[in-house]
Amino acid sequence: MEIPAEDTADLERHFQSRLDADETIEPRDWMPERYRKQLVRMMSQHAHSEVVGMLPEGNWITRAPSLRRKRGLLAKVQDEAGHGLYLYGAAETLGTSREEMITQLLTGAAKYSSIFNYPTLSWADVGAIGWLVDGAAIVNQTTLAKTSYGPYARAMLRICAEENFHKRQGFEILAALATGAPGQRAMAQDAVDRWWWPTLMMFGPPDEASPNSAELTRWKVKPKSNDELRQRFVDLAVPQAKAMGLAIPDPELAWDEENSHWRFGKIDWEEFWRVVRGNGPMNRERLRARAEAHEGGRWVREAAEAYDAKRRARRQAVA
Amino acid sequence: MSTAASADTQGSLWEVFVQEEGGAAHVHAGSVHAPDREMALQNARDVYARRGRVASLWVVESTSIAATAPADRAAFFEPAFDKIYRHPQFYKVPRGIRGL
Amino acid sequence: MADDERSRDLAELYVRFGDDRLVLGHRLSEWCGHAPVLEEELALGNLALDLLDQATVLLERAGSLEGRGRSADELALFRDASAFRNLLLVEQPNGDFAATIVRQYLFDVFDLHLATSLETSSDRELASFAARAAREAAYHARHSREWTLRLGDGTEESHRRTQTAIDDLWMFTGELFETDPLVERLVAAQVLSDPQALHAPWHDAVTGTFREAGLKEPNDSTFRSGGRRGMHGECLDRLLSEMQSVARAFPGASW
Repeated sequence: MEIPAEDTADLERHFQSRLDADETIEPRDWMPERYRKQLVRMMSQHAHSEVVGMLPEGNWITRAPSLRRKRGLLAKVQDEAGHGLYLYGAAETLGTSREEMITQLLTGAAKYSSIFNYPTLSWADVGAIGWLVDGAAIVNQTTLAKTSYGPYARAMLRICAEENFHKRQGFEILAALATGAPGQRAMAQDAVDRWWWPTLMMFGPPDEASPNSAELTRWKVKPKSNDELRQRFVDLAVPQAKAMGLAIPDPELAWDEENSHWRFGKIDWEEFWRVVRGNGPMNRERLRARAEAHEGGRWVREAAEAYDAKRRARRQAVA
Repeated sequence: MSTAASADTQGSLWEVFVQEEGGAAHVHAGSVHAPDREMALQNARDVYARRGRVASLWVVESTSIAATAPADRAAFFEPAFDKIYRHPQFYKVPRGIRGL
Repeated sequence: MADDERSRDLAELYVRFGDDRLVLGHRLSEWCGHAPVLEEELALGNLALDLLDQATVLLERAGSLEGRGRSADELALFRDASAFRNLLLVEQPNGDFAATIVRQYLFDVFDLHLATSLETSSDRELASFAARAAREAAYHARHSREWTLRLGDGTEESHRRTQTAIDDLWMFTGELFETDPLVERLVAAQVLSDPQALHAPWHDAVTGTFREAGLKEPNDSTFRSGGRRGMHGECLDRLLSEMQSVARAFPGASW
């Protein structure tokens, strides 16, 4: 049924006033079509990121250098699958299906966090990802836990609770390397050198270059800006690096006494856009791995459905 | 993409309710995909019971859930807001008597 | 049985059981990021973690019984293939999901009966380990049985793949019930039940599931063994090369 224009304006005003009153929007509530679309985009991209994110660290489970590390890493990567699952579920409340979302990922129509397009080249990378990448994700996510869309906020609460050990595990891995044999120390520093700048890029382009920002802020979907979150992350990470005895690969890093912030050097946005547009070191490999898992697993999913269909038919026949 | 792709729904969607140990009520935890009831229970266990002390799980196919619509909110729920005589404070009793 | 011999035998037993779970847990972890559906990422992950946790407990105890100061990590990451004592079944490659599920199911039913039989072991630590392992094995067997049914009685393709997996893996199931002088001594000491006694219930359960799923028990009666004696196929060495590579690059290091 088409809603007449003047009524739509009323509905939108009412919707905005609900948001201004910090109300939560639930799946069956009226919402502007654009809000729905933006949320599906955000939640599905977040889900894709979790699932693709299993690959760089999953790469080292079979080579983990102790039983404790092996189990801890497997548990962490498993959590990531779970997070993807919660987020796909939250997105499905808005009328899309998991299959549609996966198709969009595999055809390149949907994005995922481009941090996962970098390769993990050593065991230390696992530590660097846990400490830096999960650390950055936590800074992002803590604000998302108060997002206006109910299912997203609730999924984020669950995710945040589980995320706690991920970052600590990463820190512990790096700290052990940093205080170990010279080869281990070098491995740790090399990993930090490679993951620091891409992690800063995770927060997205500078505020003036972000087209969606203003709208998402008004809709209380994204309460803080890219630059604010990036700064918050740096302020947390620098003392942590010092505590481990590892250097941040930024010659311009300096403490701003007046504003109590760690000021950092220029981000190479050319690299960011290159990787986002598909020309990063591992873009193709990541999608190929996901496509193989998805296509390769089709016969399994079909088998389960066929079994269920046969059982139902048998029950009907008996009834 | 073959036409088979559109039929690949990864099973159906199930809502999961988790009961923690200690006599709590079942609480909605989220959803899982599964082709049938048995796999839905197992999937719910593998996804939602990894932490904490879970005593029981319910799974319900999402399409089986009947829910109130937002438009129903006022009619369904507002009349209850000011039925003050359902609350103990409405009733005046002398102070200091046990059991009141 | 002299204390020394008893400790040696127990150490060897713990290594066998520990290696079974270490290798199988490792194989399952190879699926991480590649499972056919997201829910199975979680399921296979839980399965692998249960097995790796068990392996850690068992190898720790093996190390302390052995008395050479070796930790679970040293046993897992610094022994060569010829020193490993796992069943041949668990070192077989994952193959497709059907092969993984069949390998798992054949092991899980065995594991469930084994763990149940160990609950009355005269070795108290083994008995208490077995109580917990039996509960985990019950869930594992449920998961792998339900998938065996769905794959066996699903589509023609899934049926074909599952039957192929059974035909390929059946030859490794004889080893599950083998006995040798070590086992005989431990049976006499009431540490273990006679493995032969586990065969009939295992066979009944497994063939019952096969029948229900329209799958056939292979006619083949030639069985391979040697894992318990450190005589493995080519794939274990490859598996260990990968598993041990980082640890061996820095011997004695902390992680």
